[in-house]
Amino acid sequence: MSPVLKIESRGHESKFWRYASPILALLLTAATSGLIFAAMGRPPGLTVYTLLVTPLLQQDGFQGLAVKAAPLIMMGVGLSLAYRANVWNIGADGQFTLGAICGGGIALAFPDAPSFALFPAIVAGGVVGGMLSGGLVAWLRIRFNANEILTSLMFAYITQYLLVFLVTGPWRDPEGFGFPQTALFTENALAPRLIEDTNVHIGVLLAPLIAVALWVTMEKSLLGFEFRVLGEAPRAARFAGFSENRLVRVAMLVSGGLAGLAGVLEATGTLGQLTTTLSPGYGFTAIIVAFLARLNPLGVIPAGLLLALTDLGGDAAQINLGLPNAVTGIFQGILLFYLLGCDILLLNRIRRVPHTSGAA
Amino acid sequence: MNEFAPSGPLLTMTGMTKQYPNCLANDLVSLTVERNQIHALVGENGAGKSTLVKMIYGVVRPDAGEIVWQGRNVTIPNPGAAQRLGIGMVFQHFSLFEALTVTENIALGLATAKERVGLRDRILRISTEYGLPLDPDRIVHDLSVGERQRIEIVRCLLQNPKLLIMDEPTSVLTPNEVRKLFVTLRRLASEGCSILYISHKLEEVRALCSVATIMRHGRNVARCAPAEKTVKELAEIMIGMDLPTPPPRPPVSATAPPRLVLDRLSIRSPGCDLKDVSLSIAGGEILAIAGIAGNGQTELMDALSGETPAARPESVQIDGVAAGQMGPAERRRIGGGFVPEERNGHGAVAAMSLAANAFLSGYLRRALVRFGMIDKKRTFAFAEEIIRRFDVRTTGPRAEARSLSGGNLQKFLVGREILQDPGVLAINQPTWGVDAGAALAIHDAIMALAQRGAAVLIISQDLDEIFLLADRIAVIAGGRLSEPVATRSATVESIGRLMGGATADALGEVVHA
Repeated sequence: MSPVLKIESRGHESKFWRYASPILALLLTAATSGLIFAAMGRPPGLTVYTLLVTPLLQQDGFQGLAVKAAPLIMMGVGLSLAYRANVWNIGADGQFTLGAICGGGIALAFPDAPSFALFPAIVAGGVVGGMLSGGLVAWLRIRFNANEILTSLMFAYITQYLLVFLVTGPWRDPEGFGFPQTALFTENALAPRLIEDTNVHIGVLLAPLIAVALWVTMEKSLLGFEFRVLGEAPRAARFAGFSENRLVRVAMLVSGGLAGLAGVLEATGTLGQLTTTLSPGYGFTAIIVAFLARLNPLGVIPAGLLLALTDLGGDAAQINLGLPNAVTGIFQGILLFYLLGCDILLLNRIRRVPHTSGAA
Repeated sequence: MNEFAPSGPLLTMTGMTKQYPNCLANDLVSLTVERNQIHALVGENGAGKSTLVKMIYGVVRPDAGEIVWQGRNVTIPNPGAAQRLGIGMVFQHFSLFEALTVTENIALGLATAKERVGLRDRILRISTEYGLPLDPDRIVHDLSVGERQRIEIVRCLLQNPKLLIMDEPTSVLTPNEVRKLFVTLRRLASEGCSILYISHKLEEVRALCSVATIMRHGRNVARCAPAEKTVKELAEIMIGMDLPTPPPRPPVSATAPPRLVLDRLSIRSPGCDLKDVSLSIAGGEILAIAGIAGNGQTELMDALSGETPAARPESVQIDGVAAGQMGPAERRRIGGGFVPEERNGHGAVAAMSLAANAFLSGYLRRALVRFGMIDKKRTFAFAEEIIRRFDVRTTGPRAEARSLSGGNLQKFLVGREILQDPGVLAINQPTWGVDAGAALAIHDAIMALAQRGAAVLIISQDLDEIFLLADRIAVIAGGRLSEPVATRSATVESIGRLMGGATADALGEVVHA
């Protein structure tokens, strides 16, 4: 008789698979997407290479990667905190956009204000915008028990249409030949650069700092402990006297605020104006980032870099190989699928057992 | 099939060995069950009783060992094979569909359509014959735990078993139901169905069983006639050490001021509403609340701990402070300590370390937070203190809560509250699913705490425990609390009547509502 595979509980969480499972997921993703590319008639090896390696070989490849990764890291950190507390904020993209709208609005309203006052005001506006969007979701959940997965996602769409309305209507650049975009921000409204004449803006520095700060909060502080207990065992959190409502509020405000910060830095750091295509789905990619990082804020840094790489790689595949834009989405989707799937190895092991007539 | 002369033992097992990844659950265990015998299998949690019976019932495969059934060497690969041999088992946790009737539930367990012919009549016949009253047409949802157990027993008896295995059958029954069950079991044994009775309730084992096999740490340690030993002797064999007799506690002074007062506490709940619950416990006093599960105990515990706030602040008073609308943290600050019934997921976070779990309820009174950050050194010291003082068997403060046995985790959780020196301690089911050694340690700690002047409220379904610990006893039924009576003037029968009688009233209310 042939041996059969059996899944059995380990009884504890495996330390090895905690770190090996994302790597296994990545390898399986590369293999599966290779098969898909082969089915599309492309050389699988070259396509995966183009997705994951080519972007780094280009001039300024690493700078581009860092700029792309910064918003993903900021949002991924906020989301990993919320998800640890079982607060499922799916609408970071909307919070990102509202942050950009609020900050961008300030930039457009006061083009001549001095830089030292204007930029902090813009950043504050962005953070407040994100918190507003997140806070609204928290309020709906606490007040009406409305599922935050649905409301945060709906807000993401509402905010996107608000952006479209603004940049095609009241905020459209009168000298912009009718393109759906605002006027360019003035120089004093732009995010400070870390390197002259590049778009490596201050967010590239802030993102890892925020990740470290939130890691410390999560692992070492009472607040972080409250989040972890709420996520692991809601009844135990109640028993300890941790207020679920307060934690939901904090989680939504922090993840919303960080998304707003990422949004305003994207607007003032890379784009220099508001356009309808402000976010190429950063807020959704950040969800994958958070899970790839095992909801650990420090892990978000490499995870954010990897997902940024696939974003750039998608562009390269489009240009070099003529693949459709959807390649990036497919690759990221497969990655998330395997990530969640490989998690079964954390608490379980797979064993070959000899097949016998008696055992069913 | 060969006919065997009805002589020789029914079941003989020798050299039974089962190795699990982290422990040797059974190490050369032997067991002999005679015909017409009620045989007790006794041991602490984790002694290997369950593993042994699971091997008999074909749920677990032995690594080594020989099973001789009616003089014939057999292997039992699955429960179906066990049933064909004539072995039935009633598990501690029932597998019944709530939405189906008694007959439908039993029919689902049968292999072929042929067996279902005339099933309803056979159920009626067996249930009347063996004193197991059961209406085949009732929906399981409406039945009490005792009735549900009868379904499982009848289900086994339909197969005409030669051996019936019962795993902790009385843990869910009232004293009256226990008495009736014993009548049924004795009758079965006299008619040729041996019973293998798994329990750690030694009083019951003495009353019911003619022979006991005692296990400890996966091995046989003794085989004896339990009636010839005292409960204390049996317990000492079971846990492998001498048990000190607890010194009698001095009576509570009549003038001691109350430390915990409930004043007409009413809580609406999706489970069982609490209706006008009032009581008063003085410092140094232990008050126990008896009752059958599901009569408001969980709701009362949540209302005491502050997880469910009360409508009026005065309905819960801790040391004279109206605490009805305080949350759990504020109640701890004014001297409350709480141990809920569920360990993993309520009293403790299963996937977190013991240190983190010590912090969970102890961070306020033990001052484990500094400037919003966890004081790791003090937290570890607190966890280590609990482990040391309460003899928690574990690898240390870093061990995850779920890696501990039920008894050890319970010692840790009780120790966590007691070492915070509470003025009022409320415990729901202090020794539920806990081995005898740990139960003893927990009882000692509770008595010592009361001795130091705390008011202790115990909610328990274990009447032995209640009579051992309590100064006064009240009964909760249908969310109402009876007037507490002094333990001296109460009997198991009088308390049992309140438990069962009041439930009947509550059921009546539901029917007439």
